[in-house]
Parts: sequence; structure tokens; C-alpha cells
Amino acid sequence: MLVLASGPHAQGTAPASPLTLITRDGRRPVPTTILNNQEFIALDDLASMFQLMVREDALAGGVTVTYKGRTIVASADQPMASVNGRVVTLPAPVARAGRRLLVPIDFIARALAPIYDSPIDLRRASRLLVVGSIRVARVVVRIDAAGPPTRASVEVTPALLASSMFDAGRVIVRVEADVLDAAPPPAPAGLIDQIQVGTQATTIAFAVSPRAGMPRVSTTTTTESTRVTIEIPPGAQPPDTTAAPAPQPVPPPLAAVPPAPPGQDAVPAVPALPGQRTAKLQTMVIDPGHGGDDVGVRGPKGALEKQVTLDLSRRLKSLIETRLGVRVILTRDEDRAVSPDGRDAIANNSKADLFLSVHVNGAPSAAMKGAEVYYLRLDRAGEDARLSAAASELVLPAVGGGTRSIDVIPWDLAQASHVDVSSRFASMLEEELEKHAPMGPRPLRQAPIRVLSGVNMPAALVEIAYLTNAEQERAVQSAEFQGALAQAIFDAIVRFRTYLEAPAAP
Amino acid sequence: MTPPLASLAQGRRKRWLQAAAIVVIFAVAAWGASQLLERMVSPVQEPQSAPAPAPPAANVPHIIATLYYGTPDGQALAAVKREVALGEGPRAQGRQILQSQLEAAPPPYVSLIPAGTTLRAFYISERGDAFVDLSPEVSTMHPGGSTNELLTVYAIVNAVTANLSAVERVQILIDGKQADTLAGHVDLRRPFERDTSLVRESKGTQ
Repeated sequence: MLVLASGPHAQGTAPASPLTLITRDGRRPVPTTILNNQEFIALDDLASMFQLMVREDALAGGVTVTYKGRTIVASADQPMASVNGRVVTLPAPVARAGRRLLVPIDFIARALAPIYDSPIDLRRASRLLVVGSIRVARVVVRIDAAGPPTRASVEVTPALLASSMFDAGRVIVRVEADVLDAAPPPAPAGLIDQIQVGTQATTIAFAVSPRAGMPRVSTTTTTESTRVTIEIPPGAQPPDTTAAPAPQPVPPPLAAVPPAPPGQDAVPAVPALPGQRTAKLQTMVIDPGHGGDDVGVRGPKGALEKQVTLDLSRRLKSLIETRLGVRVILTRDEDRAVSPDGRDAIANNSKADLFLSVHVNGAPSAAMKGAEVYYLRLDRAGEDARLSAAASELVLPAVGGGTRSIDVIPWDLAQASHVDVSSRFASMLEEELEKHAPMGPRPLRQAPIRVLSGVNMPAALVEIAYLTNAEQERAVQSAEFQGALAQAIFDAIVRFRTYLEAPAAP
Repeated sequence: MTPPLASLAQGRRKRWLQAAAIVVIFAVAAWGASQLLERMVSPVQEPQSAPAPAPPAANVPHIIATLYYGTPDGQALAAVKREVALGEGPRAQGRQILQSQLEAAPPPYVSLIPAGTTLRAFYISERGDAFVDLSPEVSTMHPGGSTNELLTVYAIVNAVTANLSAVERVQILIDGKQADTLAGHVDLRRPFERDTSLVRESKGTQ
């Protein structure tokens, strides 16, 4: 008579959800049974999953499981097993349901895992049985504030890469993992109508209310985890209707700057820089260098600067628009020549908050390589213009009484009043590029750059690499390098936006 | 002393009239000089194969001038002392210096000014602004890149300002006209002052 005949013979109940087995080959459900408040799994299922030999052993009073010459002997009487001669405890002894032998699911972690070739990870909370070297991301979704603005976050442990996009009314966060180990998401709140986790393997989707504005997504990474924060502002205005436009709110009277009459001794202190620390980053202009007949630098293998700059600029535009919700205008989106003044005019007319010109460098020596960032250096005329603008603010009567002051500066020196903020942006670019790409010997430079002088907003020019260097000529044409550069520039823009929108230090 | 901007612009307009006159006067002379020069310097020559600049004969009076070339790694300017024929007065001396500067770089340095570039005219205003008028090759044959352009511009600007004390600023003209840039980067619309921050090496007489 079999020893096990005396074991539990119960009809178990199925748990709320099956375990999910995840291997390199995919995922599939594995049925389990609840017996006496313990969850059991059938040994023959385990045997087929893990290529085990299972033998009932009357002499030993239990079951012998063999895997590549290693053995587990599990007792039918005692809640324990001998694993290659070492005793481990189990929550329950081997059980029987009909003709099948059952073991507690902890058998997998405590008895099978120690003798198995590949890692086995049983994640009870998420009901996952992960076999092999698979990147599992623990994901916790939270609503941090119902708002508006509504704030939600996705915490990914360990710190795996997470990307996000806004598409068709949904913010989709994609985690660079093989599988998500996700706790059930919270109930939707505020401007979030629905939260779905792992509907497409490794994504978390937030359905955004139609009343919401453009969501903003930012990602911070620590050594332990990656945190994606989503902020959903309320929609600014209802879309254009056929009705008469709503009366515009009367602009508050501009704070009257005490006029500084010409000739007055007290020269005003350095005026507040236009656009500084009061602005938001809503629109930016990206300027792909050269174009048309002006091919720019030509690489030794024939790569043309004008094409590389356009490729990277397009990549940046889509990255920034989808992930930051910042409107991006390109000064050219095709292979055509645009004059420096034409480029500046596009930026000034669109009232952009930031201007970035994208170039590829050239050097008289093929050995030179690395990225460099430029911002404008004012010559004497530029300094004169800046000072004269500061001293000759025009004070004009404003609609509805009061006065407003206007900076007067020659149009071709528009950048003069932004140089300080531009230098901040250039430094951030340099610091972020350094994390992703080789840098030139003088990575941050100030020079009288033509296209920067006429833009009336913070501005910088990035030379992403030296096209005259054969290795870099290859690199700049690769999606991998362009992706890394785009990420670096994107990170700098995120930092600059934070800087721009932060309250000014006293 | 810096004049207010408006009078600066006005002054520039006046200067332009003067400049135009000077250009006309010197056109014939420049034509003659360029004919001569073209015979001496073939525009398609590679820098490496360019003849070493013939040092002035011992009996020809000369000065030691500082000229600027690219360092062998292409990162910076090298200030190199070289013999340049003596010129009578700053303007004639400036022409001599620039003509030497436009020649191919002596090894191991690299040339920063495109081969085939010639000096069309050189003059100095009363205010100490020098105008260096170069042939179109300086732009059309320029390989481009911000770094490259900065080095080219400051090789010229420094060569003039380092050797001629009368000159404070240098404006580069192309084919007799004010130009935007050489190849799309460095703003040529205003005169440059000397900038030694790009200079990494200084070498004595070759």
C-alpha cells in the first residue's frame, strides 16, 4: 500500500488567479489548488515545466524528484524535504488529489530553486513564476494628487529605463523590462479616467480626461529605482467654437517701472533680463544647420552635415513633443537653404522660449573629435547695445493707463539681453552631453556665432561631433548615437525648463 | 572711447564711401598684384605640397612677425615667428604679413586659410580698424565647422593685431563686400579684436 494513500485526499479549490509562468519563451498560466488554506501545485506540472523525474518512494515515505542527478526527497508525513541532503521546511507535506501528487508552491522556491540550473523567482504578490535571467520590474502606480493638476507616479524597481509618450489621449509609460511585477493600480482620480497596467506586456497606460491639457512627464532615476512622474494640467481653454470669442480678460496693468529719464545719474541696476525666471518653456525652435546648396561640413566618406543636422533635429522634435509636451518648430524640415536672418525670424516670430541650433563640426585635423556647445559672445558693439538698451528703456503709455517699459535694442543684437540665461542652458547641454557622448577639448565655448546673435530668447548652438573624424562620421549616422545625443539634449532641456520655471532666487 | 551706436552706424556708412574709393584706387594695383600672386601660388595645391615660403633673401630687409597656424592636432592656434619682408608703413607691412599668412602652413602646423585665398586689399581706418579684403575662396573653399571657422578668423585677426600696433580691430571682407560668415557660423559683420585665448603654442623663428 502506498504511503501516500493516507495523505490528504481533498478536492481543492482554485485560487482567484492562476500563477503565470514566465520564461524566455513567453508566458503561460499554471493552475494551482488551494487545500487547507495552502496553495499547492501539481508535481506533474512541475515535472513538465522543469524536466524533472518524479517517483513515489514507499521506502523513503514520500516522493523523490530528480533533476540532472540532483535529488529532492519530499516527505508525505512531515512538512519538509531533503534537497541534495539538506533539509528544508515546507508549509505542508506532499498531498494527493485524485491521481495527482501536489506540493505546496513554496516547494518551488525552497526545494527546486537550489538545485535548478536557471534562476527561479516566485513572486507571490504578482502571482509570477519567473524562470531564467529575465528582467522583472516591480511597478507601483500611485495617484499623488487628484488635482487638478492631477499628479501620478510610476515607481519602477530596480532602476530600469522607462520611456513615455502621449498618444490618442493616453500617457503610456513603457518599462524596459521583460515583465512587470505590478501591484494592482489605484482607482483613477482627477483628470485620469483609467489606469491599465501591463495590458501590453510592459506598459502602464493612463487614459487622460478630454478636459485635460497637455500632460507633462518627467523621469528621475536613483540607484534603486526609476520614478516616472506624470502631471496633467487642466485644459487651458475649450477648443475654438463658432460662438463669439469669450471676452479676453483685461490684462492687469503692467507694473509701472519708474521711468529713468535720460541724463539722470542713477543708471538703473542691471535690468531684469527679459524672459528670465518668469517664463515657461512652451515653444522652442530647433535649427538644423545648413541645408540646400550649403552642405556644411563634408565627412571623409561623404556624409553631409546638412543631412545629419536635419535627422537629429527631427528626432529631437518628436522626442520633445511627445515626452515634454513642448511645441517644437524646426527652421527647416527639408533640404533647403535658410539664411541666418531667416532662421532668427522664425524663432522670433513664433515667440519661442528657447532656440537650439544643431551643427556638426569640422577641424583642420582629422584627429579632432567630440561635442562642443556654443553660446554668444558679445563684442564691444554688443555690449554697447546691451548697455544702451538698459539705459534707454522706452516708457510708453499702456492701454488703460499707466506705462510700460520696452527694451530697445538693435534687432541684430537681440541675443544681447539673453546671454546670461543662454550660458546656463549651454552649461546644462554640456553637462548632459558629457554623460552620453565624447566631448571636444573645449566643450563649452563662447563665440560670435551669427545665427545666435539675432534671436530674442535664450539660445545655444551644439556641434554634436566632428564630421572630419572618420570614426565620428560613422557614429553620427547611426541611430544609436543619434538616440544618445537626442536623449542628452532632451535631458538638458528638461533641466532648463525646471530652471526657467523655478521661482527666482531672492 | 566708444561712440553711441547711431553714430557708429553713420560712421560706418562714411567709412564705406571712403573704403569704396580706396578700393577703386587700388583696384588696378590689386589686379597687378593678384596676377603676380596667382603665378606664385597655384590655387589647387595641397598644403603639404605647397612650396615652403621662400625666406626673404638675406639682403632684403625683413621683420620678424608672428603668424598663426593650426596646431598639428587641430585644436588651437600656434603663434609662429617668421621672417616677413619689410613694408613701408603699417599698411604696406600689413599686406606683407597677410600675404605670408595666406601661404601654406610650415610643417608640422596645419593651414587654416583655404588654399587659393588671396588678399584683394588691406587698409586701416583712422580709428584703428583694419579691413582685410580676401578673395571668395576663403568662403567657398572653407571646410566649415564652428571650430574651424573660429580658427580661420582669429588666425587672420591675430596676425594683423599682433604685429601692427596701429590696429585695434580687424574686419574681414570677402570679395570687397561685408560678409555674413565664412561658412555659416562666425559673424563677420562686425570687426574683431585680438583674441589670444585660442592660442596654445608659441614658437620661435623657423
